[in-house]
Amino acid sequence: MFTNQLSLVIWAPIVAGLLVLATGGDQRANLARWLAVAGALIGFLLSLPLFTGFDNLNGGMQFEEVKPWIASFGIQYHLGVDGISMLFVILNSFTTLMVVLAGWQVIQKRPAQYMAAFLIMSGLINGAFAALDAILFYVFFEGMLIPMYLIIGVWGGPRRVYASFKFFLYTLLGSLLMLVALIYLYFQAGKTFDIQAFQAIAKIPLNVQILLFIAFFLSFAVKVPMWPVHTWLPDAHVEAPTGGSMVLAAITLKIGAYGFLRFALPILPDAARELSWIMVALSLVAVVYIGLVALVQSDMKKLVAYSSISHMGFVTLGLFMFTGSHLNQWAVEGALVQMVSHGFVSAGMFFCIGVMYDRVHSRNIADYGGVANKMPIFAAFMMLFAMANSGLPATSGFAGEFMVIMGAVQVNFWYAALAATTLIFGAAYTLWMYKRVIFGEVSNHHVEEMADVNKREFLVLAVLAIAVLGMGLYPQGFVEKMHLSVNDLIAHVAQTKL
Amino acid sequence: MDMKSLYLLIALSPLVGSIIAGLFGWAIGRRASHVVTILGVAVSAALSFKVLYAFLSGQAEVFNAPVYTWLTVGGYEFSVGFLVDSLTAMMLVVVTFVSLMVHIYTIGYMQEDPGYQRFFSYISLFTFSMLMLVMSNNFIQLFFGWEAVGLVSYLLIGFWFKRPTAIYANLKAFLVNRVGDFGFLLGIGLVLAYFGGSLNYSDVFAAAPALASKTIQIIPGCDWSLLTVTCILLFIGAMGKSAQFPLHVWLPDSMEGPTPISALIHAATMVTAGIFMVSRMSPLFEMSDTALNVVLVAGSITALFMGFLGIVQNDIKRVVAYSTLSQLGYMTVALGASAYPVAMFHVMTHAFFKALLFLGAGSVIMGMHHDQDMRNMGGLRKYMPITWLTSLLGSLALIGTPFFSGFYSKDSIIEAVQLSHLPAAGFAYFAVIAGVFVTAFYSFRMYFLVFHGKERWMEKKDDHHHGHDDHDHHHGLGPNDKPHESPWVVTLPLVLLAIPSVLVGFFAIEPLVYGSFFKGVIAIHSEAHPALEELAHEFHGASAMGMHAFTSLPFLLALAGVVTAWFFYMKAPQIPAAIKQKFSFINQVLENKYYLDELYYAVFAKGSRALGTFFWKVGDMLLIDGLVVNGAAKLVGTFSKLVRKLQTGFIYSYAMTMIIGVLALMTLWFSQIILR
Repeated sequence: MFTNQLSLVIWAPIVAGLLVLATGGDQRANLARWLAVAGALIGFLLSLPLFTGFDNLNGGMQFEEVKPWIASFGIQYHLGVDGISMLFVILNSFTTLMVVLAGWQVIQKRPAQYMAAFLIMSGLINGAFAALDAILFYVFFEGMLIPMYLIIGVWGGPRRVYASFKFFLYTLLGSLLMLVALIYLYFQAGKTFDIQAFQAIAKIPLNVQILLFIAFFLSFAVKVPMWPVHTWLPDAHVEAPTGGSMVLAAITLKIGAYGFLRFALPILPDAARELSWIMVALSLVAVVYIGLVALVQSDMKKLVAYSSISHMGFVTLGLFMFTGSHLNQWAVEGALVQMVSHGFVSAGMFFCIGVMYDRVHSRNIADYGGVANKMPIFAAFMMLFAMANSGLPATSGFAGEFMVIMGAVQVNFWYAALAATTLIFGAAYTLWMYKRVIFGEVSNHHVEEMADVNKREFLVLAVLAIAVLGMGLYPQGFVEKMHLSVNDLIAHVAQTKL
Repeated sequence: MDMKSLYLLIALSPLVGSIIAGLFGWAIGRRASHVVTILGVAVSAALSFKVLYAFLSGQAEVFNAPVYTWLTVGGYEFSVGFLVDSLTAMMLVVVTFVSLMVHIYTIGYMQEDPGYQRFFSYISLFTFSMLMLVMSNNFIQLFFGWEAVGLVSYLLIGFWFKRPTAIYANLKAFLVNRVGDFGFLLGIGLVLAYFGGSLNYSDVFAAAPALASKTIQIIPGCDWSLLTVTCILLFIGAMGKSAQFPLHVWLPDSMEGPTPISALIHAATMVTAGIFMVSRMSPLFEMSDTALNVVLVAGSITALFMGFLGIVQNDIKRVVAYSTLSQLGYMTVALGASAYPVAMFHVMTHAFFKALLFLGAGSVIMGMHHDQDMRNMGGLRKYMPITWLTSLLGSLALIGTPFFSGFYSKDSIIEAVQLSHLPAAGFAYFAVIAGVFVTAFYSFRMYFLVFHGKERWMEKKDDHHHGHDDHDHHHGLGPNDKPHESPWVVTLPLVLLAIPSVLVGFFAIEPLVYGSFFKGVIAIHSEAHPALEELAHEFHGASAMGMHAFTSLPFLLALAGVVTAWFFYMKAPQIPAAIKQKFSFINQVLENKYYLDELYYAVFAKGSRALGTFFWKVGDMLLIDGLVVNGAAKLVGTFSKLVRKLQTGFIYSYAMTMIIGVLALMTLWFSQIILR
């Protein structure tokens, strides 16, 4: 549509966010809300041509933009998306729209600043996915955390300071080491920060690759999050407002997995292969161990947070399924489908919890029971998301897990068997929670007073439900976009740099 | 109309009904909701009969084509697609016919329920899912249908979601089925990995013969036959869905759902999906004797030991439920004996007479004002004549009375097992033959307790109401009430199901089991597994088989079962009471269902929660957070305390530090220049 489509997708939400911010105090809250929804909608609409105009027969970068930025250090304003990152730009723009709608009346304290934070964050996240220059990526990657700190710190729950501090401590650790790795690669690639130039470096000794891999690992594994650097996520989710949780689960976690895919795998193929057993082991621990931990949570948000970690285990598992030097295509594409699907499903789950929290002001499972009696429409929607979270076929939750398991069988039967335990554990923790919260007799007077969803909530739930079902019934629509890019990735990773 | 549109119409018309009743039921009301769903299923049923007729008369061709592409990966296409052959055609008729009967019946059974539209929406959705399952031409869609029927089963068992027992039962059903699906999915994974990268039945079956001697190492150092491992994993899926020991525990509890769905889902159709699946996979199972032995053992344990449990139940629905388990065991035994056509034949006859028995039980429950305890019944024969007669016919079919449909299918199973050469066949034969007595005994125990003898509700104590369907203030009959026959929407399906329960076996055995109906669809290696072929030599027509049966062992055992039941519960009721006392240990074990529920609860439910708590409290909180994260934070704190001491706030102190620093750097710099 436009020649600089990606720039628009990045900067339009940021400009909108600044405009919303300019509405100032709480007296013009409604103006801020409408402005925010308009900005989010424009951002989403601007991202759609990336999908419709995408050339499925081109595995390389599309919609590229290159402008010099800091020429003396070879840093460029270089943007572009392939069949992988394009999906996440759209997912992010979509989620932002949902989040703005979700926070409509719930947020009464400084709504303009709240909405603005999300819009600005949305632009920054798009930037991280679209950046093809490592420093540009780094700036967006770190920059997007600032609005998130604010969202948790200002609109969060009682322990928000502990949660943001923990989040900060975790991420700081990794990010700095990644910067060191990027600077090393800058010299190796001939004084450029271009990511594709990094990938094209022909020779890197194995011990150097392993050190660099560890640097990237520390940065990205925290974001995913992988076991054992996951403990910030449940705390962050519990303290974050509903919208914060939705973005955190739907998008922020994906950046970690995307980082592995864009940096660690193609730049350091030999280290990735050598260390893949560790990645697989940590992923399987996430699936099984975290699945069991989710089972015993009494706080709904913690439960879904642990469920997210367990589901992200499928993503990292899928990304590191090596047969010889070849990645398994089923597993890689499954990981990508799982990432997009988890974006819809976890956003749906967190929104459902938010809807109940707004009415009862509790996240404790024990404070509920029999919600279906009072909120039948809501109960039906939540059933759909719960089933998607349990990986039921015909929902998006199935497609990704299925593909990863199919890929894993081809590599090692036991990987698949351990991963497939999610069929049991995933259903157990999700549906057990659903049973205790939604089914049964009305358990107390708070539940008795719950009113069913309003139009705005219905809209958000319905749109997310359509996404979940649509992707479950026709994953091909997403998968066909990524085939060639994934093929390129696999071919690239198969070439040794020793 | 081309065939593809025809089959699409069969599958989709129940879905359309379901969507209309489900999403717009609140607007269009009760009447329109049941009209639209019944219409959808009726269209499906009519077309299914047409398809079956075409196959029976030999005019139809096998249809195998994709509908749309679900996914492509690595150059392979995975589609939603239909395979309609004789096996599918038979299942289409069974599913849509029973479903139609249940739809009509539901108008009467659920008339007072506030969730009327929702119920119709669910059962139509179930019909759609089941049709997709049986019409599938590939493993993925099979799994889709497999899970979708599981979902609807979950929703319907928990239909009365206020009841703690119902929502316990539906969660249990879903999770136990998921254990089966775990195996099933891994089985599908092996198929995809080794059978040429396709999940279409035709491709997989074509690739199978070349893999007969292929081994894989699941445990390093152990070479296992690929086909055996694959088949056993697939069969684990069937064990979940078709409730075979040890994954049977969910089915009795599923009786918490309304009775119409017990008939449709938990007796006639969904639970036979496992049997259907194994029959569909006969080209694979035929290549592994080990897998067939496993099938035989699971089936025979289920057939006999679940029958025992039927004897001690007092809830009328639970008797029928255990009977269903036992009959599913019979079908599984038939599969193990490589008599797949016989298994499918029993699927069909069982669907009719067991749906009839369940719906009859439902009619009795309505007559008793939602009291399900047989100890409060008795003498219902004269108050509910149609229910009585049809239930009697259903019971006679179930116990295998000669010339009834159940006789033809069950006797064929017994004979096939007798002729099987597999090691497990001896045990299986004992189980199915002993099962005949047990079946006859519990069936007629129920029959006599319900329809004959004293009218026990009259002497019932007031505190004694076991009403399970008491969601809307039903408390069973009072001492002065009279039961009443159910309305025509309930009795009509009973009559329409009684007809095939009596007749279909006589007419169907020859084409289905010994004819060419399943030819080219079900594969049997007759050299290795000759049971069915030998059986065919002994078969001289349906009437000869019926006549011959009067002198056979199964008939005598069934007769003995009926007579014993009559004697125990009509003539001398003190005997069962005495036996109960004398063998109280055995009675305890049976009443507690061999303590399997307790065992599973203690080991799996409690075990995984304990493990989860351990990981959470020790792994996450103590080690990761306590030691590492907060430890690091403390370390930073301690370090910054030290650093803070340097920050005195006095300018001279900072200046001094700076000068020292500059001097140090200069020294370093100069020394490098000098040393170079």
